[in-house]
Amino acid sequence: METIRKELQLQAKTGELDTLLGILEADLDEAGCPVDKQMAIGICAEEIFVNIANYAYEQEEGFAWISETVEDNKISLCFRDSGKPYDPLAREDPDTTLSAEERQIGGLGVFMVKKMSDSVTYEYKEGKNCLAMVFSW
Amino acid sequence: MNIISTDCETHIRLMVDGRVDTNTSPQLQAAILAAFQKKKDVVVDFLNVKYISSAGLRALLIGQKTAASKRGSMKLTNVSSLVQEILDMSGFSQILVIE
Repeated sequence: METIRKELQLQAKTGELDTLLGILEADLDEAGCPVDKQMAIGICAEEIFVNIANYAYEQEEGFAWISETVEDNKISLCFRDSGKPYDPLAREDPDTTLSAEERQIGGLGVFMVKKMSDSVTYEYKEGKNCLAMVFSW
Repeated sequence: MNIISTDCETHIRLMVDGRVDTNTSPQLQAAILAAFQKKKDVVVDFLNVKYISSAGLRALLIGQKTAASKRGSMKLTNVSSLVQEILDMSGFSQILVIE
């Protein structure tokens, strides 16, 4: 298949999640990515996008910019925002052994991204948070 | 996502269909809480769920806590392999009752 390259600009709002997941699903389908892997990639994209939508910007409206490259049974996704600098990977992983009463959900999404992606990296560059993930199948 | 709630005399069965994500999980949470208003035992059928994010896990956790506070039960059934993998990695398979 031919390489798919896209640059998306979405408003940093959870209402845009369907747009993002729809685009990813169509491209991963075209690339022959197995359904379970598509779901895992979608979940990771959601966790990062929703973090940007909920926390990157204070009162002001902002954007999330997403670079997507699909080639050779591999997808690379890079999420950028111009909100306050924040490295989600620096956060301590949640304790997944606690009981229902003690469990906290905070940090679980990023933990899932770390577990399900081949690699995930963060850098603050040119005034933007950049979180890059790679998945292969 | 669509949820069909059925009163099965001994329990309420919630048939969930579609993606359990940030935008749809409040609907799942509301359906679980509404079911516990009617019966103390609830079965959540995930036959048609292939996708659950951390927001969906939060809804299930609240359901489990509600079950405990009512001395009832919440069972998750027909879990797909990827959803099971997510429940395992998050430690939720230790917290939830999965059939």
